[in-house]
Amino acid sequence: MAFTFAAFCYMLALLLTAALIFFAIWHIIAFDELKTDYKNPIDQCNTLNPLVLPEYLIHVFFCVMFLCAAEWLTLGLNMPLLAYHVWRYTSRPVMSGPGLYDPTTIMNADVLAYCQKEGWCKLAFYLLSFFYYLYGMIYVLVSS
Amino acid sequence: FHFYLSNFLFSYLYFSLSMTIEYFLHHWPIHLSSVPFYHVHLCSTPEPCGHDLPISFYCVTNCLPFLSAALGGLSGVPELEVEALRPVNLLQERNLLPHRPLDAPEPNLSADLKKANCSPDTFRCTLTNIPQTQALLNKARLPLGLLLHPFRDLAQLPVITSNTIVRCRSCRTYINPFVSFLDQRRWKCNLCYRVNDVPDEFMYNPVTRSYGEPHKRPEVQNSTVEFIASSDYMLRPPQPAVYLFVLDVSHNAVEGGYLNVFCHTLLENLDKMPGDTRTRVGFITFNSTIHFYNLHESLSQPQMLVVSDIDDIFIPTHDSLLVNLKESRALVRVLLTSLHSMFSQTRETHSALGPALQAAYKLMSSTGGRVSVFQTQLPTLGAGLLQSREDPNQRSSTKGVQHLGPATDFYKKLALDCSGQQIGVDLFLLSSQYSDLASIACMSKYSAGSIFYYPSLHHVHNPAQLDKFQKDLERYLTRKIGFEAVMRIRCTKGLSIHTFHGNFFVRSTDLLSLANINPDSGFAVQMSIEESLADTSLACFQSALLYTSSKGKRRIRVHTLCLPVVSQLSDVYAGADVQAITCLLANMAIDRSISSSLSDARDALVNAVVDSLSAYKNTVSNIQQSGLIAPAALCLFPLYVLALLKQKALRTGTSTKLDERVFAMCEFKSQPLQQIMRMVHPDLYRLDTMSDQGALHLNDCIVPQPHLLHLTAEKLTREGAFLMDCGNVFYLWIGKCCNDMFIRDVLGCPNHASIPPIMTQIPELETPLSERLRALLAWLQDSRTFSSTLHVVKDDATAKTSFFQHLVEDRSESAFSYYEFLLHIQQQMSK
Repeated sequence: MAFTFAAFCYMLALLLTAALIFFAIWHIIAFDELKTDYKNPIDQCNTLNPLVLPEYLIHVFFCVMFLCAAEWLTLGLNMPLLAYHVWRYTSRPVMSGPGLYDPTTIMNADVLAYCQKEGWCKLAFYLLSFFYYLYGMIYVLVSS
Repeated sequence: FHFYLSNFLFSYLYFSLSMTIEYFLHHWPIHLSSVPFYHVHLCSTPEPCGHDLPISFYCVTNCLPFLSAALGGLSGVPELEVEALRPVNLLQERNLLPHRPLDAPEPNLSADLKKANCSPDTFRCTLTNIPQTQALLNKARLPLGLLLHPFRDLAQLPVITSNTIVRCRSCRTYINPFVSFLDQRRWKCNLCYRVNDVPDEFMYNPVTRSYGEPHKRPEVQNSTVEFIASSDYMLRPPQPAVYLFVLDVSHNAVEGGYLNVFCHTLLENLDKMPGDTRTRVGFITFNSTIHFYNLHESLSQPQMLVVSDIDDIFIPTHDSLLVNLKESRALVRVLLTSLHSMFSQTRETHSALGPALQAAYKLMSSTGGRVSVFQTQLPTLGAGLLQSREDPNQRSSTKGVQHLGPATDFYKKLALDCSGQQIGVDLFLLSSQYSDLASIACMSKYSAGSIFYYPSLHHVHNPAQLDKFQKDLERYLTRKIGFEAVMRIRCTKGLSIHTFHGNFFVRSTDLLSLANINPDSGFAVQMSIEESLADTSLACFQSALLYTSSKGKRRIRVHTLCLPVVSQLSDVYAGADVQAITCLLANMAIDRSISSSLSDARDALVNAVVDSLSAYKNTVSNIQQSGLIAPAALCLFPLYVLALLKQKALRTGTSTKLDERVFAMCEFKSQPLQQIMRMVHPDLYRLDTMSDQGALHLNDCIVPQPHLLHLTAEKLTREGAFLMDCGNVFYLWIGKCCNDMFIRDVLGCPNHASIPPIMTQIPELETPLSERLRALLAWLQDSRTFSSTLHVVKDDATAKTSFFQHLVEDRSESAFSYYEFLLHIQQQMSK
């Protein structure tokens, strides 16, 4: 088994994707809490907003890693999500701190529905990519 | 191993992908590109999905008269329906305006229900016949929403002081005239259909002193009631009335002269402010530093405390900055009389609004209350400082208007903090230059405050504006107020509210947090139909406003509206309320222009007309003639939408100052419906041919009721005199060749040429013409709460531009005339 840099990348990506899955689940639960009036939007946004940039930065980090490891297929699969993250962050409402969620608009039914869907889609994507990295890691480890 | 692993992974991928796709096909709403406001759900079954209802609801025969009336709700008046559906060819019929201002359409209910129903001034729906399913609503292409004015000043209000407030056990709806009593001891909720028990105390009717007739109790006879709330409804002991005034005392402010008027008005109205013995007041003034005033009653003179460290505001002393009004009244008077002279020589030009607001927040956070902020320029110092974002060359741009949203979220965050502490912030902007109202208005928008704007207020150059400021301030100080309020709007099962418009903070999906509630704010909500309403013939809406009165009593004001449910598209059109639809569309357009762009919002408005008229033509009307056919209920819809497109808030191509535009947008979002309609489509009357026909006789006064005219220069003649009622301003236009007798009798001038160029008051002359005109003006003024200025516009005066801009049916340099607009719509419809 050849322990190449690519294998190392895949391993790290696997671990970090677990963290991203955790973030996605946190988002889904948070929006569900908002929808069922369990929490105040101001408090909820204060917990959600600090998590946004770390998630995006982690994703950028392993895109960069795959670039260095010359894993083009994996990089190509992650490009749409990167573009989506960039678009989402640049079109966020005016706010002084980091984050995407504004407590005054988040309770609009369409914004809430959009964020929930985003949470589910991201969860699905991260799960799929988790298995893909697992496969990729084994493939890279086994092939010499 | 490779082979099996890859196989497994790919089959897993395929499986999960197909599951995800299936999930989204069933649950993802799709935006229709040509219908920007509506969502369509892809349902797997074409039939509406109903829910089970106990058979007993329909099988109760020996029920009380109320129930049978409810079942027979759709007794309908066929003639009214037919009249509302009469096809009107808009291209041919020119005289569409009714003679008198439009009344709200009456819902198609039985007489009992109509009598008990909520007044349309308080609660109004865009469609008085609610469609049964979302599919039917989408076919009609009209928005479904409610416009409320819950805290309106009411002449009569039944107040219930019973110990138990009867509410449904599951949905917590208050008992209302539209519930059904199954027998003497049980009632069925009209919103969630749950059967509840009637408590024993409710069986006794204190009004008629009779027992055993729960349906005669005042809560069940009136749709607008006020309950006195018990301590279960209080999170903390009811707060006293606390008023804090935050005043800009920079050079600009003092030079403009508002401070004098403010102090004078407040002195006169100090005792008329709502409150009781616990009422407290405080003052903060600011320029580049913040000044607090110690008004402890033991002092002989108010003591000013200056805090110059604006980056880290602290409160200098812990008490006596917000003092009990009764005890420190003398000191407050001394302060108000000397405030102007204290700052008359000031040379400070900076304004530290942000730090002043932070100080106000710190001062008020223990009690909550109302903060009134008076600002005369752009805030230039400290936290929340703003830059001038307006480019004067872009005022008449047709491409797009920038900077409609806030530049910083400082004011929004402050408003949210204030809302959490039950502090409402009202803003009076009195500046003559750009002050970034888009950013500072946020302090009022989310803390349930009101925004007032007096551009170019100056005691010498613009005394009319100063006069209006003074009268408005008087109304503002003396009007009723509710503190620490929350409002909840409940609807019949199957309907849900998805967007709210107005000045408040949406705390959860249907709970609105209003730090202050006042009788002059209106709200709008948009609804969607989640489940089919096929099992019910009546849809009900209830708004419950829980607030603390200025006397420290906790009260709940409940309004209930009942509307019939219909299954035919023609019925939906017959019940369309064109004024409510226009106001709701205005709210939606303003949201759209801030979140995406102004041109998008304008296109969406035009599309709303095109879509609804196309839908009518294709599905309801069988007439295949040329021309633009609309149902009589919607015949004014294109006219109102054209008027909306020419409003200051939404127009392009005509020079509009950014602050005035933003203020017009704020007005649309917070004014009640009648005021908005007067702003959108002013009422134009001819004065010199007024007769006593149809006049009202009130208090020995004869108030003439002239007919409405279309807003076009065709209706103006040089021999006539006309009055235009625009909501907050009246224009009196006198033609060049107007009858000299009229001018003499009404204006006191011998002829047209001698009318002064700026005339803002009608002299009180003893002639019958003058009496009639003044009676009409007074009657119109009474129908609104804030004072309206009057401008006499001669044929060649400068107020002429404003007057002529309101003639919406005429072509202007960048906008269609009414006829051209109709042709444009016809063209869009045929695409």
